[in-house]
Amino acid sequence: MTKQLEKLVGWIDDRFPLTSTWKAHLSEYYAPKNFNFWYFFGSLALLVLVIQIVTGIFLVMNYKPDAAIAFASVEYIMRDVPFGWMIRYMHSTGASAFFVVVYLHMMRGLMYGSYRKPRELIWIFGMCIYLALMAEAFMGYLLPWGQMSYWGAQVIVNLFSAVPFIGEELSLWIRGDFVISDATLNRFFAFHVIAVPLVLLGLVVAHLVALHEVGSNNPDGVEIKKHKDPVTHIPLDGIPFHPYYTVKDIAGVVVFLMVFSAIVFFAPSMGGYFLEDNNFIPADPLKTPLHIAPVWYFTPFYAILRAVPPMFGSQFPGVIAMGVAVVVLFFLPWLDRGRVKSIRYRGVIYKVWLTLFIISFVGLGWLGIQPATPLYTLLARILTGVYFAFFFLMPWYTKIDKTKPEPERVTG
Amino acid sequence: MSNKEVDRSKRRFLIAATTAVGGVAAAGVAVPFIGSMLPSERAKAAGAPIELDVSKIEPGMMVSAEWQGKPVWVVHRSKEMLDALSKNDANLADPASEVPQQPDYCKNPTRSIKPEYLVAIGICTHLGCSPTYRPEVGAADLGADWTGGFFCPCHGSRFDLAARVFKGVPAPTNLVIPKHTYLSDSRLLIGDDSKGA
Repeated sequence: MTKQLEKLVGWIDDRFPLTSTWKAHLSEYYAPKNFNFWYFFGSLALLVLVIQIVTGIFLVMNYKPDAAIAFASVEYIMRDVPFGWMIRYMHSTGASAFFVVVYLHMMRGLMYGSYRKPRELIWIFGMCIYLALMAEAFMGYLLPWGQMSYWGAQVIVNLFSAVPFIGEELSLWIRGDFVISDATLNRFFAFHVIAVPLVLLGLVVAHLVALHEVGSNNPDGVEIKKHKDPVTHIPLDGIPFHPYYTVKDIAGVVVFLMVFSAIVFFAPSMGGYFLEDNNFIPADPLKTPLHIAPVWYFTPFYAILRAVPPMFGSQFPGVIAMGVAVVVLFFLPWLDRGRVKSIRYRGVIYKVWLTLFIISFVGLGWLGIQPATPLYTLLARILTGVYFAFFFLMPWYTKIDKTKPEPERVTG
Repeated sequence: MSNKEVDRSKRRFLIAATTAVGGVAAAGVAVPFIGSMLPSERAKAAGAPIELDVSKIEPGMMVSAEWQGKPVWVVHRSKEMLDALSKNDANLADPASEVPQQPDYCKNPTRSIKPEYLVAIGICTHLGCSPTYRPEVGAADLGADWTGGFFCPCHGSRFDLAARVFKGVPAPTNLVIPKHTYLSDSRLLIGDDSKGA
């Protein structure tokens, strides 16, 4: 029996790199031995991607991308399709879970300097994934055709019309109509179920290939490839991803799925944060809801948009600020001039700035949900300033920061 | 022809020519795909100009019509309303309508062709909500100095009865005045100004 199996694998290996791929990416991919819980979120992001694709396929079986019946088809899924409610709640919870996991994954990168040389491309591919994810989430949110779907899309597409000279034409082209309409719904559906997922999958492959080429960073921010066994050339501080980290990640998956299931079954709308109350009302192009707020994962950027006042009779500066707030992350590998990668060996200045950055990001996220009162607008302006200062002053403060010496080998 | 000598300059030229022609072809192929996302003939037909009889609007009243899927307001301003327009100039962001949010023939103090009729697109220039018509002078919730106008419930933008934006509100510009013309004394055409009377 085993002999026959070996023969089969041999037969395949002569025609397809099965065993060598398994070895290169799992059983002989050596990851640092000192990963902590922050290293769960990469594999969890992969898990959520699978959840979204699988639940998405089954939702498309019953969803109708037509402005006249889209809202009703979602209600049909919720009430009449067997387990439809569960698949939809898995998908809507999955969207928020995706951003939770990805934000924590990015936070890990910031803390341990995972974006630094030689991992700049991993970071850039990751940022592209983040952009694709935002597009995916935004277009998916239009599909239920509720009031928030409609007016949220209206507000975001209107941002493009703030672009000087070509803005009006551009937003007309995006909508395919003079207002958000059936044409918009159909094209967002096409992008949401085909175009963006394809791009996303390609980017995930590129992200992982680049990672496995240079090897993983670790909480100490030192390269394990510097110290290899003279005979086997295996990094002394490396352990094979499989079985060590596959087993560790399964523990993370179990905890994640407990939280995920609790939300799906007991709090799918998460008090209006995952599914907004106004979205249970069908879209009405002639009646704007009193308070429009995007879903929580966009609110930090929405707060930045609102914080910037109109200049020269145009909304454009706010739109630019919002765009720059995302794009600036791409340049992180070159903004950071610190001598060490990991926060463990950084000086107090970087630690203070990173703390301020987290406060500004979370604070802006909260302000983006609130109505814009003068006090909140002032707060949003201050936090926007902190947000940008973290990036634009980075070349300077990371350079003068008093760092501690890095260890030669990983610790603990 | 011998294989020994490679004419490198010819090879470079052929590579460049193939790349350039291929690039043009790729750009050409992109045209129908990008073009297919423009508004369809049906959407454009739904956005065709609309006609309205303004003689049926009482002074002080507003009617709302739908053009290109957007609300278009027509307000019959009374004499008191017109007189009050100039009182707000100091508090307006753009009292003289310098920003081209209107056709040239409406760049005047009343932002209209006929002073008594205001024609405006009822979509806030902030983020696209639809403001409400609040003609009552000194409305309790809008302050004693309110002379009538439009109020956006989304983010609190205020506009006067010529759809001009007040200072210090989120909306950056005056409301848009669509192209329009009068086919006769009372027949208003919204969305086209080429066949006016």
